[in-house]
Amino acid sequence: MKKEINVKVNGTEHKIMVEPRELLVHLIRENLNLTGTHIGCDTTSCGACTILLDGKSVKSCTILAVQADGKEVSTVEGLATAEGLHPLQEGFHLNHGLHCGFCTPGMLMRSVELLKNNPHPTEEEIRWGISGNLCRCTGYNNIVKSIQYAAAKMRGEQTPSTEPEFV
Amino acid sequence: MIPETFEYSKASTVNEALQMMKDYGDEAKILAGGHSLIPMMKLRFASPSHLIDINGIKGLAYIKEEDSYLKIGALTREAELEHSKLIQNSYPIFKDVTKLIADPQVRNMGTIGGNLAHGDAANDHPAVMIAIRAEIEITGLKGNRIVPIDEFFFGFYMTAIQEGELLTEIRIPTPHPRTGSAYHKIERKVGDYATAGVAVQISLDENGICRYAGIGLTNVNTKPMRATRSEELLLGQEINQALIDQAAQLASEDCNPSSDLRGSEDFKRYLVGVLVKRMINKSIERIK
Repeated sequence: MKKEINVKVNGTEHKIMVEPRELLVHLIRENLNLTGTHIGCDTTSCGACTILLDGKSVKSCTILAVQADGKEVSTVEGLATAEGLHPLQEGFHLNHGLHCGFCTPGMLMRSVELLKNNPHPTEEEIRWGISGNLCRCTGYNNIVKSIQYAAAKMRGEQTPSTEPEFV
Repeated sequence: MIPETFEYSKASTVNEALQMMKDYGDEAKILAGGHSLIPMMKLRFASPSHLIDINGIKGLAYIKEEDSYLKIGALTREAELEHSKLIQNSYPIFKDVTKLIADPQVRNMGTIGGNLAHGDAANDHPAVMIAIRAEIEITGLKGNRIVPIDEFFFGFYMTAIQEGELLTEIRIPTPHPRTGSAYHKIERKVGDYATAGVAVQISLDENGICRYAGIGLTNVNTKPMRATRSEELLLGQEINQALIDQAAQLASEDCNPSSDLRGSEDFKRYLVGVLVKRMINKSIERIK
């Protein structure tokens, strides 16, 4: 039996009828057409589906849509504002933090909570912090650099150089 | 994939949840964090016809010290345990274990109650609870009861929780002042289940004699396991490397790992031996 849920997504209220078994990631992608959030595995491993639920980063493929009733969902589409890209998006752009981009929305949303809880993370803390997000392309180093760039910018500090390192 | 069709109800109190369990019978499952249940339902390894969502129940998530116990509400998320200052300072084994459970996103949803109620020897908390001799509070419509950890796990996905009952609290007896504890698991990659994991808690008196030994093993037996012979070996003794080596050897012999993608039986036995040694040493190091 379908249930009606009320969910605020990127600041907009929605009233939607869902089957209990519908996953939150499908609500986001199919009902709301927000296809920035991706489905990458079947095993809650990859993190490509990561969004913020009431500010906490969670894997939306392992949450039922009904569990979002009365809550706020933030997806990658909500990061940029009228003023421009979110510092994390700028960081990933300038530091080559993506190749195919499939893991990127999940990385971005996870990093939002990571930096909110820890505005000055060490490299090790960043690597542990994104341990729930898999990337098959980049080898993670530029993802870490992107997050470090964004963290500095969000602290109001000088951002590290975006020049590639030649070893 | 996606789960089979099911009905969904949300409980706002423990009593409401218990009444719903009575009404819907054994085809109903509790939904807390859902990060053991929903993956199983997506793969259709589990198809309960009714889910009772308990995430809205207030007062089931807490971490407090009371009456010589550390009391943790069943709905406390792993992330809350991970970031709790109380836990970080006074119960180092929790700091070890929460860091190793899955990943940050899963820890935002997963609950300690769910981790234990699932009854899976591959989960990390059971071995820790065994090492620290936790007690589990189970609540039913007729009232609540306390089950010592050694009477809690019965087998694969089977615990002392009966139909119509809910795990509501975990209580840990305040350890002796000269106590150290540690947990580690070897995994193929970050977020994986344990190839093998060992939890240890040791108390020494002023003369260096061992007054308490708790050793729990992860994922090397059909149910979470206590390394009883190893504990008995250490109790009442002054602990030295030779004794630790012996305790490690006994644990390695007594466990029952299965050969699988994570490793052969021999390899897992070997890991148990290594980890028992390391965790005993680390626990003793942590005694202030």
